[in-house]
Amino acid sequence: MPPDSPSLPLASFLRRQFKRHWHGALRKPGDTFNPLLFYLMVVTLFPLGLGPDPEVLATLAPGLLWVVALLATLTVAGKLFASDYADGSLEQLMLAPHPLYLAAMAEILVHWVMAGLTLALASPLFAVMLKLPSQAIPSLVFSLLLGTWSLSLIAGIGAALTVGLRRGGALLSLIILPFMVPVLIFGASAVREAANGYDAASWLALLGAYALMATVLTPVAIAAGLRISVDN
Amino acid sequence: MAFSSFNEALAMAGHGPYVWAAYLLTAAVLAVLVVTPMRRARLSREQIQAELRRLSATATTSPIEEGDHAPHT
Amino acid sequence: MSNMWSIIHKFGSPPWFYDFTQRWLRWLLPITVLLLLAGSVWGLLFAPPDFRQGNSYRIIFIHVPAAVVALAGYYALAFAGLVSLVWKIKMADTAMRAIAPIGAALTFIALATGSIWGKPTWGAWWVWDARITSMLLLLFLYLGVMALFEAYENRATAAKACAVLSLVGTVNIPIIYKSVDWWYSLHQPASIKFTGESAIDASMLYPLLLNIGAFYLLFAVVVMLNMRAELLSDYRTASWLQQRLGGQP
Repeated sequence: MPPDSPSLPLASFLRRQFKRHWHGALRKPGDTFNPLLFYLMVVTLFPLGLGPDPEVLATLAPGLLWVVALLATLTVAGKLFASDYADGSLEQLMLAPHPLYLAAMAEILVHWVMAGLTLALASPLFAVMLKLPSQAIPSLVFSLLLGTWSLSLIAGIGAALTVGLRRGGALLSLIILPFMVPVLIFGASAVREAANGYDAASWLALLGAYALMATVLTPVAIAAGLRISVDN
Repeated sequence: MAFSSFNEALAMAGHGPYVWAAYLLTAAVLAVLVVTPMRRARLSREQIQAELRRLSATATTSPIEEGDHAPHT
Repeated sequence: MSNMWSIIHKFGSPPWFYDFTQRWLRWLLPITVLLLLAGSVWGLLFAPPDFRQGNSYRIIFIHVPAAVVALAGYYALAFAGLVSLVWKIKMADTAMRAIAPIGAALTFIALATGSIWGKPTWGAWWVWDARITSMLLLLFLYLGVMALFEAYENRATAAKACAVLSLVGTVNIPIIYKSVDWWYSLHQPASIKFTGESAIDASMLYPLLLNIGAFYLLFAVVVMLNMRAELLSDYRTASWLQQRLGGQP
């Protein structure tokens, strides 16, 4: 819409962005199921590689479940902002009277629902396959809910900086990997503590704190990155 | 001196190979870090000076741009 | 504050920077090399052997300085990025491009010397302890910035992107360091402890401090050398440069 017409109220604008990305995601179910499929494949490979001993798997399960979640996030991180960059919508959004970072957050929210929320909800299945003690499953789900949100935000920074580049995929993974490490450590520790019968609350609190901080701070970097990519 | 002979300093009671390897590796990397830009600068300097000599030898060719502060990217 | 601004402004002028480094590098470089040699010889041959680690601890005199300056270098990178983003000073871009590979090289030195130190001391070429792991992540941070510089074709945009990335990295470094620290202490294998927990003796502290200072100086010198080389390439048609190289305007 032309930039000087009476502007759409912010809430309607965001709702429209959300719906646009939501329908876009529904049209491409692969984007949702690829991370899940990837997760299933890797969870199958690990026992094949490590041996079927349930005690060994149980010891490794917290870390494995979290590392695979991180890798699954990386596989779809490159899709963020890509279609909007390709068809010029990003430039339109930059001209819109509403803050760019909010529009970007709408897309990240859809991305998270498709890639992170589904992973968290499907994780009990994978936990059972890797012999995670059942007392740790609630912590697993909760840590993945908080953690994948942080990971999606971090992926947003990487995607914003690399969306205009050829072969940006591997580069994206490289530049965001260190930022994902704290989330991995907090998440895996939470699940491990719960698996060993201790209280995971402090680790989950750290995850929550990180998620809050990321929610507040990453939009600045994401909007800056998007502007740089479009200007390139 | 912590060591009473050259051989003792080399061997360092068995730790010698590790310590000397670490120091030599570091010296090598630092040397590369220092020498590389110096060579690059010398090459650029020589190129510019050769170009200046060539231009002044053919004095009727186009003048050097005045007050050009824009980078030649 | 206005003093700092005027300093930044002066450094932001290519001719001023060129003249400044011409005067100062002439003797800064030899002094740095001398200080490095002095600190290293002191630590290698004159400091007493350690009670627990014997002679292998002597690697500390290059491992710790490299690690300290590698970390400081990333903050310098981010500061240059901030100056570039906020005040749009092109020399800050040049500084960023110079700092990233140097910081990466120092991080590599820290990792390699740390690994070599580990073998005679704890029997393993690689120990996943908090400090080494943090250094490895710092290497990733540097490599990410270097790769991002290469990936953008437009140099000005590349610098902006790397400025954003390095600023994000700066915010994350304390978090990463702390989380790795907690990760390690959760899983602490029996009795592996780095020196540094115990108070370090003066006979070992002074050569260490000397080398730390020498490494900082070396970092500054190498950054300036690289920035000079880039100026010589970027401004080869500029009259101010040609004048200084003996040409007639």
